[in-house]
Amino acid sequence: MKHKIDRKKWYSFKLFLFVLPFIVLVLLFSYYPLYGWLYAFYDYRPPRPFSDAEFVGIKWFKSLVENPIKVAQLWQVLKNTFVMSGITLGTSWIPMIFAVFLNEINCVPFRKFVQTVTTLPNFISWVLVYSVAFSFFNSSGMVNSFLISLGLIKEPILFLQASDHVWLTQWLWLTWKNLGWAAIMYIAAISSIDGELFQAAKVDGATRMQMIRYITIPSLLPTFFVLLMMNIGNFLSNGMEQYYVFQNAFNKEYIQVLDLYVYNLAMGSGSYSVSVALSMLKSIVSVILLIVANAVSKVTRGESFL
Amino acid sequence: MAGLKVKKKKMHQSLGDRTVSIVCYIFFSICAILCLYPFYYIFINTISANDLSARGVIMFWPQGLHLKNYKSALGIDGLFQAAKISVMRTVIGTIGTVSASAFLGFMFTQEKMWHRKLWYRLLIATMYFNAGIIPWFLVMKNMHLTNNFWGYILPVIVSPFHIVLTKTFVESIPKELQEAAEIDGAGILTVFFKIMIPVIKPIMATVAIFAAVNQWNAFQDTLLLVTDTKLYPLQFVLYQYLNQASSLSALANTSSSSSLAAAAATTQTATSIRMTITVIVVLPIMMVYPFFQKYFVKGIMIGAVKG
Repeated sequence: MKHKIDRKKWYSFKLFLFVLPFIVLVLLFSYYPLYGWLYAFYDYRPPRPFSDAEFVGIKWFKSLVENPIKVAQLWQVLKNTFVMSGITLGTSWIPMIFAVFLNEINCVPFRKFVQTVTTLPNFISWVLVYSVAFSFFNSSGMVNSFLISLGLIKEPILFLQASDHVWLTQWLWLTWKNLGWAAIMYIAAISSIDGELFQAAKVDGATRMQMIRYITIPSLLPTFFVLLMMNIGNFLSNGMEQYYVFQNAFNKEYIQVLDLYVYNLAMGSGSYSVSVALSMLKSIVSVILLIVANAVSKVTRGESFL
Repeated sequence: MAGLKVKKKKMHQSLGDRTVSIVCYIFFSICAILCLYPFYYIFINTISANDLSARGVIMFWPQGLHLKNYKSALGIDGLFQAAKISVMRTVIGTIGTVSASAFLGFMFTQEKMWHRKLWYRLLIATMYFNAGIIPWFLVMKNMHLTNNFWGYILPVIVSPFHIVLTKTFVESIPKELQEAAEIDGAGILTVFFKIMIPVIKPIMATVAIFAAVNQWNAFQDTLLLVTDTKLYPLQFVLYQYLNQASSLSALANTSSSSSLAAAAATTQTATSIRMTITVIVVLPIMMVYPFFQKYFVKGIMIGAVKG
């Protein structure tokens, strides 16, 4: 009897041993970086090893709110982050509308074609997006030579070096890349709506716009709501790749979002400790945002997305 | 009589509805053009006379057709090495991610595992928090994974999203399949290799395509971890050319940019190099994507249900 229990235990432990190497990888690459947060409390200067660094307590956190230059910089960075995330959040209904009207196309091959083509930009990297942008908008690019050949302008416009409308143009590139892919979720949700609803509406003489307004959109709202809450959790994390490839000396002030600022602080000016301090604050606020968004979802819809 | 009435109603309805239709067709045609034309534009420029393409005058069809840009692409500094790195990280990274996702997706359905729920939660939690890129970079440096090819591979082998996808799929398979094999004396590894793998192939394909695209497109890890030019993938080399061109064009005014373009039709220019690399980097995605679109869609749908 005892022998049998031991064998059971051993089997259960053996199963664990099989996944152990992978758990070690998770610990190394996802949990061990949390140890890196320690750097925020030390005066770490790269060529010297961390063991030589002096413990400075919350000096760097204080400098983020006390040093006037840092404060001004951080204020601008937060403004950029909030505005760009705000625009994305405020326009997150666009993919839904895109899907709704794409569904109104009766010609299936055309619909499939549009769907395939508009999701394509999602699968190319930001470097390639920038390459596309550069080909069209640099000083000898297509748009400039087109405008010059029409005689509308004499000197090329330096679109990519412009410091105005940065927020808007970055949003436009993001939309170009993501719109079709974001719509896919809604397209699938539409196909799961009960067809009898539309049949009944048709019998009652509803127009297509009425069916969209009273059937399609209401049945998409739950999906929309879940995605909205997830976006709120990501409010501070715009990622850095897009802004990194588009940044230059001229638009830097308006393009630096939090993620990019953290990178530039460390890799550009070597202030590793301040950068880690900021990183740490960002991670904590993000987790709180996520938990709040999840709680809101639980209260209002009785369903959590975590 | 009744039939006539219905027909009339249909005619009446279709007037307003037809406007909706027409507007939709126009709008989505514009969307399709906006997404396709940029790639077409870059492609026709790479096969056109280089002096014309550098001035940005090739817009709708190629002029002065030649393929020399692709022939001389091999001579571009570091491009062949970068292509090798890109292919290697895509192949090795994909194999690693797919095998790990399949194995873990299966193992985490084994209720007998010691503290299974704890390990699974430990894994899933990593989808929702992030220490930040700089702390990550610092520990990668501690582990000597900077300027190291394995720095591209090891961190992405265990990928929670892909494991969730596989696990969801495995859970839809009847348990009896495994039980029957175990009665016949098969061990857990035999069950996995002989029974599970053939059944979960479709989801492995989905994971493979996601992982491959991620590896091919990866840029940020090179930016953070690698300074050794021998380890640069194509994406990074392209970025460097773009960056150079961008600082050049910010300095240069009209006259000098057109004098830059005064090269002969087939000699390489900054523009021709930039666009040729762009095509080389985009091409694999363009070739693969339309055929595998359904896998992508399937992946995001399962992920949406669970994640």
